[in-house]
Amino acid sequence: MGPGRRHLLGAGLAGSAWALLGCGRIGSKKPIGRVVVVGGGFGGATAAKYVRKWEPRIEVTLVERNELFVSCPLSNLVLAGLRGIDDVTLPYSGLAKYGVILVRDEATAIDVDRRQVRLARGAPLPYDRLVLAPGIDFQFDRVPGLAVADASGRVLHAWKAGAQTVALRRQLEAMPDGGVFAISIPRVPFRCPPGPYERACLVAHYFKAAKPRSKVVVLDANPDVASKRDLFVAAWNELYPGLIEYRPDSELIGFDARTGVARLEVEDFAADVFNVIPPQQAGRIAQPLISVDDQWVGVEFLTFESEKVPGIHVIGDAIATAYGMPKSAFMANNHAKLVADAVIARLTGEPINEAPILANTCYSYVSDREVVHVASVHKWDAAKKTMLPVQGSGGLSAARTELEAHYAQSWARNIWDDVLD
Amino acid sequence: MNGRLPLPCGRLPALGALICALAAPPSAAQSADRQARAWAAACAACHGSEGRSEGAIPSIAGREAGELYRAMVEFRDGQRTYATVMHQHARGYSDDELRRIARFFAARPAR
Repeated sequence: MGPGRRHLLGAGLAGSAWALLGCGRIGSKKPIGRVVVVGGGFGGATAAKYVRKWEPRIEVTLVERNELFVSCPLSNLVLAGLRGIDDVTLPYSGLAKYGVILVRDEATAIDVDRRQVRLARGAPLPYDRLVLAPGIDFQFDRVPGLAVADASGRVLHAWKAGAQTVALRRQLEAMPDGGVFAISIPRVPFRCPPGPYERACLVAHYFKAAKPRSKVVVLDANPDVASKRDLFVAAWNELYPGLIEYRPDSELIGFDARTGVARLEVEDFAADVFNVIPPQQAGRIAQPLISVDDQWVGVEFLTFESEKVPGIHVIGDAIATAYGMPKSAFMANNHAKLVADAVIARLTGEPINEAPILANTCYSYVSDREVVHVASVHKWDAAKKTMLPVQGSGGLSAARTELEAHYAQSWARNIWDDVLD
Repeated sequence: MNGRLPLPCGRLPALGALICALAAPPSAAQSADRQARAWAAACAACHGSEGRSEGAIPSIAGREAGELYRAMVEFRDGQRTYATVMHQHARGYSDDELRRIARFFAARPAR
C-alpha cells in the first residue's frame, strides 16, 4: 500500500468522525463542501438531488436557465398528437425538499483557478466540486445553410423538447395530405440513438390515421438504422407499409432555406416538412473540456472527471460515452448517481467506489400502443480503465408489445420522480 | 440458523444463500453498504426512487431480500419466461451484487 492510499484511509477516518458529529447534531451547520451543478436535465437534476439525499451536509446549487423541465423521452408522442407538451413538462419545485438551492440563471464561464462558476446575471458561485451536465449544442455550421434555416424557423430540430416540439407538431398538422415529411439524421454518436426512428414510426402513425396519402422519408447519414434495427424495420414494414421510406448513407451536406431544398451526397431533396436533427457536440459551458473528436468531453469513468481538467465532473450527453453506452436520459441519470457518490467520497474522504455499475433501458414507441426496448449493463474494467458492457447481459425486446408500453409509461413517471421529486 | 453462521454468503449454494439473505437482519452494517446503495440507484430509474414505483413496473422497496434475490436469479437463469427486460439486466450482476442490492431494497420502507 503506497503513501497515497494511506492518505486516503486517514482522510476516511476523519470523514467518519464528522459523520458522528453530524448524527449527534453537535456539529455546526456549516456545510462540509459546496457542490455546483450546471444544467438541470436528466443528469444534472439527478446529481443535485442525490448529493443532498445521500449527504445533507453538502451544500448543493443547481444552475438552470429554464423555468420548467421538458422531457425529451415521450416527446415524440407529442409530435404524433398522442400527448400534449404539458404531459412531458415538469416543475423543479420538488428539489426544494432536498435542500437543493435552485439558481435560475445561465452559466457563462468557469474560473478554474478561483473555483467559481460565472453567471449571466447573478454573482459568481464558488464551488469545491463542480458537475457539468450541459447536454448538447447543435453544430449548425457544419451544414452550409442550416444556421440560416434554423434561424428562420423553417427547419426545426425538435431535439430539445419544448417550443420546437410544439412548433413541429403544428407544421405536421398544417401539412396537406399527400405531403412529405423528411427526417435528417446525423452520423452517430448523437443524443438518443433510437429517437429518430421512433419519430418516424409515430409521425407515420399520425399520417396513417389523419393523412394517409402522406409519406415519411428518413434520410440517415449512417449506413443503417443505428439502434433497434430489426424492431424498427419490422414496425415500418408491418404497421406502416408504403408510408415510410428509409434511405441510408444520406448525409445532409447543405440546405437552402429559401427553397427548402436539402442537398445530399447524391441528389437534392425537397420535403413539405423538413426535420433536421443536426450534428451535435457538448453543451457550450463544457466546450473548453472537449477532448474527443472535437465534439465530446472525454472523462475518466470511475468519477466522470474531465480528462482535460480533473476536478470537474461531466455527465450525460456531453461526454464521449464508453463503448456500447448510448447518449440517453437513463444513462445520464445513472452517470449522475455515480458522480453524486464520487463527489461525496471526495468531500468526506471516503474511498471512491472502485466497482461502479451503470444500467440502461431505453423504451421506444413504434405505435400509439406498442413499445420496444434496448437494455445494457456496464461495469468498470480496471485493466482497460473504462466502463464496458457485461458479456451476456443486455439485449433487445423479442418483439414489440403492448405490455412494454405500460412499462414505458411507468418508467417515465418513475424516472421523472427520480430526477425531480 | 444458517444466517447466524459466519459463513460468507457468496460461497453458499442457492438455497443456503436464500436462507442467509432472509435471515440477515437489517443491521447498521448493511444500511452503511454505500456500494450497494450506489448499485441500487441504477434500479431506481425504472423502479422508482428507493424502489417505490408508480404504474406497471413493480415496487421493490420493503420486499424480503430473499424474495428479491431469488427473483433476480430466476430472471438470470431464464426461469421467468415472461420476462421482457429483467433477464437482460440480471445477467449483468454477480451473486454478491444481487444479494447486496436485494438487502438494500428490503431495508427501504414500502411506502
